[in-house]
Amino acid sequence: MKILVLISNVPDTTTKIRFVDNNKAFDTSGVQWIINPWDELALTRAVELKEAGGVETITVANVGESITEPTLRKALAVGADDAIRIDTKPKDAYFVASQLAEIAKNFDVIMVGIEASDYNGSAVGGMLAELLDFNSVSAVSGMNIENGQLTLTREIDGGQQKISVKTPVVTIVQKGIAIDPRIPAMRGIMMARKKPLKVVPAVEAGEKTSYVNFELPPPKAACKMVEEDNVKELVRLLQEEAKAL
Amino acid sequence: MSILVYTENWDGKFKKLSFELVSYAKALANELSTTVTALSIGKVADEELKKLGNYGASKILNVAEDRFENLDNKALALAVANAAKSEGSKAVVFAHNNLGKAIAPRVSVKLDGGMVTGVTELPESTDPIIVKKKVFTGKAFANIQIHADIKILTLAQNSFELIETDNNAVIESFDAGVSDDVFSTTLNETNKVTGKVLLTDAEIVVSGGRGFKGPENWGILEELADVLGAGMACSRPVSDEGWRGHEEHVGQTGKIIAPNLYFAFGISGAIQHLGGVNSSKVIVAVNKDAEAPIFEAADYGIVGDLFKVIPQLTEEIKAVKS
Repeated sequence: MKILVLISNVPDTTTKIRFVDNNKAFDTSGVQWIINPWDELALTRAVELKEAGGVETITVANVGESITEPTLRKALAVGADDAIRIDTKPKDAYFVASQLAEIAKNFDVIMVGIEASDYNGSAVGGMLAELLDFNSVSAVSGMNIENGQLTLTREIDGGQQKISVKTPVVTIVQKGIAIDPRIPAMRGIMMARKKPLKVVPAVEAGEKTSYVNFELPPPKAACKMVEEDNVKELVRLLQEEAKAL
Repeated sequence: MSILVYTENWDGKFKKLSFELVSYAKALANELSTTVTALSIGKVADEELKKLGNYGASKILNVAEDRFENLDNKALALAVANAAKSEGSKAVVFAHNNLGKAIAPRVSVKLDGGMVTGVTELPESTDPIIVKKKVFTGKAFANIQIHADIKILTLAQNSFELIETDNNAVIESFDAGVSDDVFSTTLNETNKVTGKVLLTDAEIVVSGGRGFKGPENWGILEELADVLGAGMACSRPVSDEGWRGHEEHVGQTGKIIAPNLYFAFGISGAIQHLGGVNSSKVIVAVNKDAEAPIFEAADYGIVGDLFKVIPQLTEEIKAVKS
């Protein structure tokens, strides 16, 4: 079984968000880039499954300019066998899915995080599946391969389902697929330097949406403090002022 | 020409979220001078379907089939796209929940539409259509223009008020046009938690962090949740330590919730935690550390010991409720 893990290159989750160019673009100055946390969990599970013997190869792929290469190298250090970077600036989700469709058609299982922590689109996985006419399973929190058969755990409202699904398939994964992301070991980092990172040109593709501008949330009023021994007052405020009880 | 809204059912019933969705679709339909058609897939009784009319649906397409119970994403997307085509819909609206996120992107490709997920408001302009959504996990908003003729939107939960109308919806049986060979998902087992308030449905959520000191101290929070009819949640370290289950983890990489009232007890308020709860309407924080960042996000706060505050709070709320 060949697995493709899609890697989004996102700002570190502690990044202070600012915009430039009249609030039309995200300010990338000083930003530390990381593997999107859900993609990192997907990759971790893929590596665990490969170690257990059910996976032939793990490829990672990203749509982005050369700025994303350190993130792909990190994915190689975690345990992917090779990487593909589609050399273009990602526009919208449809554009990105169209790029990935070109390379994803050769894999049995495609893993992608449920969303990227920057634009929170939750869109590329489903779009990619539809473009390839593959099935997709979303909210996947567990994955196993037994005798070449893929079994998944999927989160539903108030519970979980165990399902089997035919490959090829796009799995859209969330927390639970792996518990902690795997940290690359020194040996992995050394080996990653020698692993193939292929850069391929973008294909012609349209975009269906565009960002007009960004806004920061309005500043929040100061927190109203209540004394520890005056819980009654808190309940009164919640009832009468906040009307939340 | 109508707006199509996909209204998922849970064991044959709709939820508040379904009615929020129809209310939103109706308000959008008013702006675009059209009507709302709801699509229901699965066995739902007519009286239940009629409820969608109370929030603005004029027509209900009813696919009363069991085949979709395995939630096969490809089959469901085909069914929704076929309904949108049959209606000539200019917009299709989904909930931004597990199932909506799973099928909306597929439908957008099928219809050659433009999609914005997790929208929080009606479009600020309809020509061109520009909609607002949260980005950077709640740390900012983006205004996004859709360039395609057909608009696909997923609506963030708890972001739109219910609006009742007196539409008398017409129910039509609809053939989804999905052949058996499209399905490739086999359901082996379903496990549902019963008797608990679901986190994603809860109007009030009580949440605990490392301040609870161990797995054995959560009885007081469970009791408070009981009195409030609230959902239980926890911070990431708590679920990572195994003090509580992963299904209760709220935060950027866990569940993202938007209740009316969120209580954070013994949670310092790391930016990743706030990403999962900053859409709550009112936030109350109780923490021993007056400098904890949670107080910057909170509306009301107590600097104090959660083991003293929670039992008092439970008693006060019991008193108020009786």
